[in-house]
Amino acid sequence: MSRPGLVRVDAVMLEARATVLAKRSIKAASKRVAFDLVIACMDLTTLEGKDTPGKVRGLCARGIAPAPGAPSVAAICIYPSLVPIAVEALRGSSVLVAAVATAFPSGLSPLDVKLQETREAVAAGADEIDMVIDRAAFLAGRYDLVRDEILAVREACAGATLKVILEVGELGSYAAIRYASDLALDAGADFIKTSTGKLGSSSTPAVALLMCEAIRDHARRTGRAAGLKLAGGIRTSKGALGYLSIVHETLGNAWLVPERFRIGASALLDDVLMQREKEATGNYSGPDYVALA
Amino acid sequence: MRAVLPELRYSPAPESAAPVSIRDAYGLFIGGEWVAPQSATTFPTQNPATEEKLAEIGYAQEADVDRAVRAARRGYEKYWRKLRPAERAKYVYRIARAIAERSREFAVLETMDGGKPIRESRDFDVPQASAHFFYHAGWADKLTWAVLGGEHARPLGVVGAIVPWNFPLLIAAWKVAPALACGNTIVLKPAETTPLTALLLAQVCAEAELPPGVVNVVTGDGRTGAALVEHPDVDKLTFTGSTEVGKAIRRATAGTAKRLSLELGGKSAFIVFDDAPLDQTIEGIVSAIYFNQGHVCCAGSRLLVQESVAADLIDRLRLRLGTLRHGDPMDKNTDIGAVNSRQQRDKIVALVQSGVEEGAALVQADWTPPERGYWYPASFFTGVQPTYRIAREEIFGPVLSVMTFRTADEAIERANNLPYGLSAGVWTSSGALAMYVAGRLQAGVIWCNTFNQFDPSSPFGGYKESGFGREGGLAGLRAYLQT
Repeated sequence: MSRPGLVRVDAVMLEARATVLAKRSIKAASKRVAFDLVIACMDLTTLEGKDTPGKVRGLCARGIAPAPGAPSVAAICIYPSLVPIAVEALRGSSVLVAAVATAFPSGLSPLDVKLQETREAVAAGADEIDMVIDRAAFLAGRYDLVRDEILAVREACAGATLKVILEVGELGSYAAIRYASDLALDAGADFIKTSTGKLGSSSTPAVALLMCEAIRDHARRTGRAAGLKLAGGIRTSKGALGYLSIVHETLGNAWLVPERFRIGASALLDDVLMQREKEATGNYSGPDYVALA
Repeated sequence: MRAVLPELRYSPAPESAAPVSIRDAYGLFIGGEWVAPQSATTFPTQNPATEEKLAEIGYAQEADVDRAVRAARRGYEKYWRKLRPAERAKYVYRIARAIAERSREFAVLETMDGGKPIRESRDFDVPQASAHFFYHAGWADKLTWAVLGGEHARPLGVVGAIVPWNFPLLIAAWKVAPALACGNTIVLKPAETTPLTALLLAQVCAEAELPPGVVNVVTGDGRTGAALVEHPDVDKLTFTGSTEVGKAIRRATAGTAKRLSLELGGKSAFIVFDDAPLDQTIEGIVSAIYFNQGHVCCAGSRLLVQESVAADLIDRLRLRLGTLRHGDPMDKNTDIGAVNSRQQRDKIVALVQSGVEEGAALVQADWTPPERGYWYPASFFTGVQPTYRIAREEIFGPVLSVMTFRTADEAIERANNLPYGLSAGVWTSSGALAMYVAGRLQAGVIWCNTFNQFDPSSPFGGYKESGFGREGGLAGLRAYLQT
């Protein structure tokens, strides 16, 4: 099947621009601001088979108050069965509960199972649903199927924020990532998200820039400002600041808020807190001086 | 309950000037020594971003140029031509390594003296300059296989090189590296407004213990250059600069045995078809016309866009203009720095004025320049007709002229319809269309879906009044050899 509305993408200048942005020099006051933005826009995540209520409660406590003076994270991102634990632990805080759903991470289950999972997560109190697209359908050229499924999940999670995971590492080209972005945005995604975090290769500066461009064009076309969530492989403060620059210079500061930008990560918070401490005190005191996950 | 979040604004991130030590005054570098000009006259060089004087520079006149050419001749006869090619290569490698090792110093100096953003001098000018020496060093003992008839290849003798102010170190490297690798000695004349990196290069040559006279640097203005052009003992001239001066040099050398390479002006076409990757095309445009404040001979200064996507592309360009970061060239986040000189700024202002008067619509980045220094905001014109001056004359500033076309053949015809032919860009997702168009464009370099990509192994040069002779690659070596 052909791809109506396909936007052309060329790797060379896309990567060149992304490299310039990811290498911006963020120093002094702007660095302290950037660290707080990274924390405030973070979906603090645990998505492992060994996740227990105890682990999730610890993560929630950390998300609410990561360090003295630091903002709360945006959300805690977990599997659906742990939603009630997180809802309880986060009560009274600003931190939202995000649940992955739709047969995360592969997305290869019957549609009614995916919709049922979504409804139950929302009923249990999830504020946000991180769904995966059906990459098998996408790669087979059945774009209508992918779109219809997003629309169905959209309806099943009415009232909740819908983040649509493209799993960019499986799509094969920048043009395909752009096409999947456009498709998800047109189907009403509140956020488009790069990756499940279960693949080796996932978020890169070029992919982040490409998805920012899709969001910008969608806003120009429809007036609707959708969000971007980056996930998978963002582990260092320096890397995170690079992504901040990409959003800052492509979408603008209106997007550098938790309503429109997220970084999904499990290990990143540790490094940001240590670097933040260093900025505040002038000393790099090391991992023993921040509460690690 | 969420805390109010601060807004991200980049704090100033200036590169440190500490690695650079600029002397109060510089002499000429002749025969391996620093000497005062015979007339003892000097001229100042300034930082165009602050208008501060950086140093007094020796003004070389006819007698000094004669002394430099004689030193180069002696260096050639006494040392350089006698050296085994592999030994010659060692010196060239040494210069390549020294530039790389002192890259921070070269980059900071280039930015202070010329106004270009430190990001460009650091990531482009200096690494490319070093790469040219490395590349050519490798050829020094392999010239037999480099060119047709290479087994009989010999150096030409004394080369006179005149370089412009837009890429002072890099274009000097384009000329010094192949000249030395091929066994010639050289007298280098940097531009009046940007002599400092050429003088640092001279220092590097001295520290590399290059034999006396192999590289000589004479600083001055157009009269210094003219003395070099007219000197009877120069075997080859290589000039990068304006077409007007290039024509004068060609007239001056007519009837002499001097070989000549000219790399001159341009008004290069940047052709965008309706199936182009538009967001990347915008980045290509930014590189084509706003790189180095548009002080680029191969700048893609004429945008020819297919009418069906023109409105969309212009919208995107307008948005992008607002995200270009103008300001202090030493700031690591600056995209657009200072214009090289007051004279150049005035020239840009005058040409833009002509565009407005002839009826084109001017779009400019919303930016208020500092009071001191020479600046011009990133700009483009829509509604440009091919008859306007801004469609035909080289502005050499950050000003783009946007025109539309309907068919590939129309784009080709309009692209070729100027006396210039330095570079061109073709933007399409169709490989077949790109090849069709590229094969019909009269331009020395044609980039497809990218722009301003350079490599020492790739020859660079012009068609028509953009000059002749190539720099880089095998074609570039030929210009410094007798075969």
